[in-house]
Amino acid sequence: MPLTQWYRVELSEQPSPTRGEGASTTTAPAFALGRAMTLAVAAAPRRWKKPPLIKSARLRWGLGLGVAVYLALALGTTEVNWNRVWEGLPRGAQFITAFFPPDFTSRWGEIVDGILESIWMAVVSTVVGIALSIPVGIGAARNIAPAPVYYFCRGILAVSRSFQEVILAIFFVKLFGFGPLAGFLTLSFATIGFYGKLLAEDIEDMDPVQAEAVRATGASWLQWINFGVQPQVMPRMIGLGLYRLDINFRESAVVGIVGAGGIGATLNTAFDRYEFDSAAAILLIMIGIVMALEYLSGYLRRWVQ
Amino acid sequence: MTVAINGGAKVWQRRDRRTQFTVWAAWLAATAVFVYCFQLISDKTIWAFVLDAPVQAGDLAARMVPPDWAFITQLGRPIWDTLNIATLGTVMGIVIAIPVSYCAARNTTPSVSLVRPIALFVIVSSRSINSLIWALMLVTIVGPGVLAGILAIGFRSIGFCAKLLYEAIEEIDEAQVEAVRATGAAGAQVTAYGIVPQVLPAFAGISVFRWDINIRESTVLGLVGAGGIGLQLEGAITTLAWTQVSLILLVIIATVIVSEWVSAKVRHAII
Repeated sequence: MPLTQWYRVELSEQPSPTRGEGASTTTAPAFALGRAMTLAVAAAPRRWKKPPLIKSARLRWGLGLGVAVYLALALGTTEVNWNRVWEGLPRGAQFITAFFPPDFTSRWGEIVDGILESIWMAVVSTVVGIALSIPVGIGAARNIAPAPVYYFCRGILAVSRSFQEVILAIFFVKLFGFGPLAGFLTLSFATIGFYGKLLAEDIEDMDPVQAEAVRATGASWLQWINFGVQPQVMPRMIGLGLYRLDINFRESAVVGIVGAGGIGATLNTAFDRYEFDSAAAILLIMIGIVMALEYLSGYLRRWVQ
Repeated sequence: MTVAINGGAKVWQRRDRRTQFTVWAAWLAATAVFVYCFQLISDKTIWAFVLDAPVQAGDLAARMVPPDWAFITQLGRPIWDTLNIATLGTVMGIVIAIPVSYCAARNTTPSVSLVRPIALFVIVSSRSINSLIWALMLVTIVGPGVLAGILAIGFRSIGFCAKLLYEAIEEIDEAQVEAVRATGAAGAQVTAYGIVPQVLPAFAGISVFRWDINIRESTVLGLVGAGGIGLQLEGAITTLAWTQVSLILLVIIATVIVSEWVSAKVRHAII
């Protein structure tokens, strides 16, 4: 056992008063620990091996096999027309060169209109969506809502979360006509699913003792929610609200593709007309705004907390 | 604790006067912004159509029931494609996100002044461009089909995964890395034994979370021709086959709920 010997040598070479045989077991706790380690090393196999991520060997191999079978099936059934891809590569190169230099000027008026419309939509839909998601979220928290309310609210959340914004937008455009109102309603509805679910989970994770204490003062239900529950979930919820504003702005760029207003409509038109330099300008502006929002939300979150 | 003197009696107050006024001012400003934005939206709206919406909704709902159950035999393949787009796209996104996040994290990046800004720009641009827009561009390049969808989902996932992953890397316990380094480990060994074990649970959680989101995103990629169940949805809507539309929507709900359940289970098992 070379490893064991190495430990022993190092321990015995320490220039300390505990050197020697008699002192080794009694005086220094560090030395006792060293002995324990020596024994453990002596009992274990000689080479150290990294512990596996999944402890059960059967599960590990089963998962590995499952992944391999799935990948084989998935890659085997994916139809890719490699000729088309190969043909497309020079076209892709052209496509990318068409992006440069981005043309901010020739469609500047339309771009500004679209961006502003997206910002209004994002702001209004975040406010309305959060306002609507508060009752739904409270109803979907298992620890404060009765069972029928709980299941009803969870149902709303599931439907709202299942559909991507674009699918919702198709239907809202059908019902309310083209324009930013449909986009605003779409994003509000999508916000309910996102925000309500996180709010419900946060309420479920709260400290019941504080809420209990507020209730013990004789508070009514509303007072109980406002003073016992709300302060516990508020800090995280403000951060999530800003995050949702960021998401809503980004999503407002795609609901426009199906006619629900915002910068997406401008972007789609630019693509359809092969004005790729204008499209590049729009994409760059969006990247810039998302970055600015990110800094802003970081700053606001620090200020609020 | 703040109190107000009300006729000699002390009354508890949540905030002092100054804070209360600031809060009110903030509410006033926020309300003004909201009302202004809503008015601008309202100006661009044809309200006659909106007032008509409940009738339209009732009409549409009547056309959508009952779902065309027989159509389900044709949905197997599209759903399989959708799952593949989401899964393979997630795998691709994660594989690229790992080096990007390594370069973006302040404590592991090779160079703070050069590599880190590039990595952050990659992350932001990937995050700001929705997967549908990625698909719109990729369909023109690689042609319509599943491959464009996989690439679109992959490109969109890079930013999301890399952002969360680099935040996890920045939050690791430096003492453990130091301990591994003290044993004489070199660069790659420090990463493998000091950093990777600390971020592995976060990494697995992020991957599964993104997969779950990608399932939802991949249901619409077909609208721009990038494969999956969106193609069927688009076809059914344009041919006004509303009973088929309702069946497709039900299938989408079921898929998303199942994937959400799987992802919650896996994350629960990891953390």
